[in-house]
Amino acid sequence: MQKTQLLKMLAVGGAAALALAACGGGSDSGSGGAPDVPMYEGPVGDGEGQLNILAWPGYAEDGSTDPAADWITPFEEQTGCQVNVKVFGTSDEAVKLMQGGGWDVVSASGDATLRLIYGSNVQPVNTDLTPNYADIFPDLKMQSHNSVNGVAYGMPHGRGANLLVWNKDVVGETADSWSIMFEPDSPAAGGVGPYDSPIYIADAAVYLMATQPDLGIKDPYSLDQTQFDAAIALLKEQKALVSEYWSDYNKQIEAITNGTMTGATSWQVLVNYYPENIGSTKAKEGATGWSDTWMIAKDTPNINCSYKWLDWIASPAINQQATAWFGEAPSNVKACDIDPQQCTDYHAGETAYWENVYYWNTPTEVCLDGRTDVKCVPYSEWSKAWSELRS
Amino acid sequence: MAATTASPPKGGFGYRHPRARLAALLAAPMTWLVVVYLGSLAALFLTAFWTVDGFTSAIVRTFTFDNFIEVFTTPAYLQTMLRTLGIAIAVTIVCLVLAIPVAYFMARVARPRWQPLLVAMILTPLWASYLVKVYAWRAMLTPENGVIAWFASPFGLGGPGFGEVGIIITLTYLWLPYMILPVYAGFIRLPNSMLDASADLGAKGWRTFRSVIIPMIFPSVVAGSIFTFSLSLGDYITAQIVGGKVIMLGNVVQQNYVTNLPFAAAFATIPVVIVLMYLAIVRRSGALENL
Amino acid sequence: MTTSRGTKVALSIFAVIAFAFVYVPLAVVLISSFNAGDTLAWPPAGFSTQWWAKAIDNEGVRNAIVTSVVLGLVATAVALIFGTLAALALSRFNFFGKDAVSLLIILPIALPGIVTGIALNNVFTSYLGGLTFMTLVVGHSTFCIVVIYNNAIARLRRMGGNMEEASADLGARGFTTFRLVTFPLMRSAILAGAVLAFGLSFDEIIVTTFTAGPGITTLPIWIYQNLFRPNQAPIVNVVAAALVIVSIIPIYVVQKFSSADERGGGVI
Repeated sequence: MQKTQLLKMLAVGGAAALALAACGGGSDSGSGGAPDVPMYEGPVGDGEGQLNILAWPGYAEDGSTDPAADWITPFEEQTGCQVNVKVFGTSDEAVKLMQGGGWDVVSASGDATLRLIYGSNVQPVNTDLTPNYADIFPDLKMQSHNSVNGVAYGMPHGRGANLLVWNKDVVGETADSWSIMFEPDSPAAGGVGPYDSPIYIADAAVYLMATQPDLGIKDPYSLDQTQFDAAIALLKEQKALVSEYWSDYNKQIEAITNGTMTGATSWQVLVNYYPENIGSTKAKEGATGWSDTWMIAKDTPNINCSYKWLDWIASPAINQQATAWFGEAPSNVKACDIDPQQCTDYHAGETAYWENVYYWNTPTEVCLDGRTDVKCVPYSEWSKAWSELRS
Repeated sequence: MAATTASPPKGGFGYRHPRARLAALLAAPMTWLVVVYLGSLAALFLTAFWTVDGFTSAIVRTFTFDNFIEVFTTPAYLQTMLRTLGIAIAVTIVCLVLAIPVAYFMARVARPRWQPLLVAMILTPLWASYLVKVYAWRAMLTPENGVIAWFASPFGLGGPGFGEVGIIITLTYLWLPYMILPVYAGFIRLPNSMLDASADLGAKGWRTFRSVIIPMIFPSVVAGSIFTFSLSLGDYITAQIVGGKVIMLGNVVQQNYVTNLPFAAAFATIPVVIVLMYLAIVRRSGALENL
Repeated sequence: MTTSRGTKVALSIFAVIAFAFVYVPLAVVLISSFNAGDTLAWPPAGFSTQWWAKAIDNEGVRNAIVTSVVLGLVATAVALIFGTLAALALSRFNFFGKDAVSLLIILPIALPGIVTGIALNNVFTSYLGGLTFMTLVVGHSTFCIVVIYNNAIARLRRMGGNMEEASADLGARGFTTFRLVTFPLMRSAILAGAVLAFGLSFDEIIVTTFTAGPGITTLPIWIYQNLFRPNQAPIVNVVAAALVIVSIIPIYVVQKFSSADERGGGVI
């Protein structure tokens, strides 16, 4: 617990240092450095009549996918804000869409939030205006991915850990280590299924934290060049074991149930579909994970509707419904009163469970773990390295 | 543009002022294509000489050749380029081998009253969603449990699985109609008199095919190949779904376009150059008039 | 020339195999749409019409189809004007730069969709204030022009200029000739081109992904999104199967009412 907290504090400090560096150094970045977007002071008045939402699949449902999943229609009825939803498939896509403008709120994962904050695409969130913020799990508030300098930038939505899944017929009844995805003598060799995104480099880093402590990795999203190269080298070795890289749900579900993918990284929402012979756990080395945050666009013309949405989506009943439909842990403590089973399944309130879950974050040149003596590898390089690895 | 008209000037204003008439006809479409399309391509190309901010991925407008240098000096990228080129060529050849007999059958063997139905049967799959078709091929190709493996296993054979072969089969499936239709059109246009003349001169079937038919339908074949080649060259979704570990050029562009647009733009110039070269080569064949 | 009997038999067998290659995957789609399970895995878990029932009840897919139809119609209309104008110009005039113009018309379809997509996306989002329905129309129209153009110009070439000259000799002015002579002769070719352009637009995903504005869900986008939801995958098979069945009608009608020579025209 303490270690994680310390790490998180360091991470916050790192972001602060970055802000300072960017501010003071007359940066050559051309993007302006630290965000100086003003916070809305309130009050939240009548809605503007419209709200454009950018969301992960399953985060903003209006019943058109499944009539039972509808938390937009009641929102529209209650607030008069007519909702437009666009769904994105990856964090990169979300960032690009936000940069393009036209959206009021976005459900951003940690690997998108800082990019949006430092790109001045989003504004700070005045949590006094959203009463439900008070009931958010404390370990989701003011994290390095959703706040800067102690200023909140959004409303936590839900979280999950990237799980290890394995085919019991191939790997054995029990497994508890990512080694089945990384070691050449793994019984899952030839059936390994990594997540097809640059952010998966962090999964390799998590494994290296346990297996090669000499590298000194503290945070899988803050890798200096040496650490980064070690992670890439590990991934290159892993490539020989891989059957497929996956990024869409159906591809993984199909490959796992067919038995062609026998050891993989996965999500709870997918695990729910798997038959008896597929095991799943959070690996002992720890895991990457996500913690999603609803953020408000900097130039939104629909500020009242935006605040209404943030409060709506974090309200116990809606938060429970939305996170249950997606398959993740809710962010609101009171959501667990509505469906305790969901909170048990997804470990919502178990602080210990989340201690070694490293939420997706955006790697930047300034190390997020607080180191100032080295430069870390930024996300644009992660992305290129991933392309090169996959080539 | 020095305009000349094929017919002698007569009638209305347009005929007396061919240049004005030409300008009137071309103004709107050319404005659209030059401003909207070429303009966008030029802007993208320009972007390839810029770089990005290490943190926000925002574009920084400082001139550099780094993106191009990186694209052309990284062995892994060159490998992907070659692989993609190979896949596009393979798809085109397989499409050709399938399309010529099928098109010949449709145009010259099947009864004329069946022709509309046969053409409709070739067009129909184009209406099943691209994504659904690729997923159907995933179901076909899956090792062990796939449809192909399912049917092949009694014979002791396996499915081709995912990878280059899977990609080639799937892309061939997707773009085959684009090859069959122009080739079929070429066969339909063949005058019977010419084939008769060849036969009268004593040429056997194969000889006629090689010396008369092939040269006549060559432009149609090239027209079809522009589709099969270009569409394969730029595809990335198929590789994602049935490629296994294999990726194509488009995947690199798609992967980097958000975090590093200049790099993606530099990468995207490769298929553009390849396609332009291909078009330049085939232009002489008259194929561009037979699309 | 007459093709020998043996060759005919061989060609027929080959054609049957080729048509099987084309239709087996569609059969897989159709069979999977009656799958009782929640995934796309083969073989299907059992027979059920639940996904058809869900698809019929699904509001999202209905809206997406409407969006795609409207988009297809608007993009086709724009392409129809530009493609026909360009075909008239290039078939009736010789001028310096003609090759370059014809190349430019072909380019949007010859260049990979992802290049067109990111080029338009870059311009719209960086310089022109973001994506809307109109930007999507622009993207689609651009690659549809070539389809109309090809069909129109193939017809114009075969028509030759004699009819128009006769019309002019009889005193008809340029536009009158176009209205009363040229256009009626081109009509069926343009119609065939329009159907193909519409089809091309209806199924396009790559350029669409990069040019669609907020909240705009075309059918391919809807399908893509549903493939990313674990509990929704088989519903897309229903939609695809239904589309194939419905599409047979317009395709067959167009083929039926166009002469063999037109079918030989610039197809796509």
